[in-house]
Amino acid sequence: MRHWIARQRYLIDYTVAALARRKAKNAGLLAVYTALVFLVASVLLYSHALKREAAYLLQAAPEVVVQKLTAGRHDLVPASYIEKLRDIRGVRSVEGRLWGYYFDPLVAANFTVMAPSDRALPAGSIAIGEGIARTRGAAEGDVMAVRGYDGALILLRVAEVLPQSANIVTSDLLLMGETDFQALFGIRPGHYTDVTLSVAHPREVRKVAEKVVLLLPDTRPVLREEVLRTYEAVFDWREGIVLTLLVGAGLAFAILAWEKASGLSADERREIGVLKAVGWETGDVLKMKLWEGALVSGFAFLAGFTLAYWHVFTFSAPLFAPVLKGWSVLYPDFSLTPAVDGLQLASLFLFTVVPYIAATLIPVWRAAVTDPDTVMR
Amino acid sequence: MDAFIELRGVRKAWNEGLPNQFWAVDGIDLDLARGCVTLLTGPSGSGKTTLLTLLGALSRPTEGRVRLAGEDVSSLPERFLTERRRHNFGFVFQQFNLIRGLSVLENVMLPAYPLAPPHGELRARALQLLRELGLEHRSEARVEWLSGGEAQRAAIARALINDPPVIIADEPTANLDTHLSMAFLAIVERLKAQGRTVILSSHDALVSEAPVVDRIVSLRDGKVVG
Repeated sequence: MRHWIARQRYLIDYTVAALARRKAKNAGLLAVYTALVFLVASVLLYSHALKREAAYLLQAAPEVVVQKLTAGRHDLVPASYIEKLRDIRGVRSVEGRLWGYYFDPLVAANFTVMAPSDRALPAGSIAIGEGIARTRGAAEGDVMAVRGYDGALILLRVAEVLPQSANIVTSDLLLMGETDFQALFGIRPGHYTDVTLSVAHPREVRKVAEKVVLLLPDTRPVLREEVLRTYEAVFDWREGIVLTLLVGAGLAFAILAWEKASGLSADERREIGVLKAVGWETGDVLKMKLWEGALVSGFAFLAGFTLAYWHVFTFSAPLFAPVLKGWSVLYPDFSLTPAVDGLQLASLFLFTVVPYIAATLIPVWRAAVTDPDTVMR
Repeated sequence: MDAFIELRGVRKAWNEGLPNQFWAVDGIDLDLARGCVTLLTGPSGSGKTTLLTLLGALSRPTEGRVRLAGEDVSSLPERFLTERRRHNFGFVFQQFNLIRGLSVLENVMLPAYPLAPPHGELRARALQLLRELGLEHRSEARVEWLSGGEAQRAAIARALINDPPVIIADEPTANLDTHLSMAFLAIVERLKAQGRTVILSSHDALVSEAPVVDRIVSLRDGKVVG
């Protein structure tokens, strides 16, 4: 064992010296390699963290949301439906929600408007998210003008700017009282945008959803797990698009690695021949190159991944956030909870380090198994 | 004297199977004794270098047999052939073939890496060889900064690091002036005195007329002619 370790030490010594001898070439390769790992790792880390965040937030979401459909379109739910839903066995609580989107032409952005049932806002008062406060330049006590469904101007006083801690959810949120909401969108009293159900037993959620459709055939129940799946699909799709765009960079790197590896220069071939001639076995030459590949790719992988980690979790991924987040205009200014998926990490390693080492070893192996005299000629 | 290296009906083809195939070595029978200095001589293209590579197990014959201390090494698997080469031969190439970017000391130590001796011991042995060859003061210099004579002595030290019984030198004086060539022949005398077998290839009269040379093998068109 000591002999094996001593041998590896000698091989590593030689490898480090060999890398230092071709400083410019190896530094260039390292830079490209690190950049590629950084880009791919940033996309993977960011989309994974977003999915986790979405899943975390949805834990607090209602188990079932019931929407009314008219001619296949989303319609308002009359209050009478709430009473009928309350009678379904297994339903713990039912609540009508008022929410929607308001397009603000001043900042060309959509706000999410809600009339929360758990907090009473006096008529003419609103609470706004940090994103709205930022874009509209509004602060507590200011008056914000919005235009109602009929074109009339409605003046609302900002009672509160929502805290940043819940920024991913609240950035574009505008909270107001029920009457103001009805006035803004022209909704008749006794009607809701949709209805949320809380189910007593989590395993009965699907059963309750079936009962809802039987009782109220013009409704559509949307389950929390379906929303979560949709989120995941959307983020996977976005991640796929970005990764597809990065395939070009990956291919460029593959060509560079292959060029470096297969295009063994006359000097490199001669060096292999000399090593063989002075008594190195083919295995020694391959191990030396394996160490070389492992050092280059290992360093690039670690550096690229660490940079990506900082990029995503410290600087909120300015390179990819607009594409991967997918919010319209009011990008929430938030930091994601650091999370690394082991499988993703392993895949990234497998698709960057292993091909590089293979591309390095194959041509060297071809030179190393040839008679030293032939290689040196 | 007993033959340490024996060649029987050895032929070596280049560009084998191609229209431009030719026999660089063409049917050679040769016995080389232990402890002797043998000179392969002949004009350029006569097959000296190819024959040296066959004698030193750097390449395999296309036909015929090469025996080393009685063992047929012509068809040994690569791994075993390398092991025989490492333990029996030290090479001094015409262009020295030192690895650029490494120091003289690192180049000298290189052949011993696969044997993984203790580092201090290996370093001491390398420095001792460089001292004997008058090159110790240049041990930390990078080889590309050496003069022709210094590079050759570094190559000789490298050839000796594993203490092989046979030293093979291809055109050792081709890049040296008369003074340095004489210095090289003095080193060959010392090697011979140590009981080593030395095989040289050269068409330099200074070498062929040197008293240290025990035997001259003349080649022409890949055949022994004298």
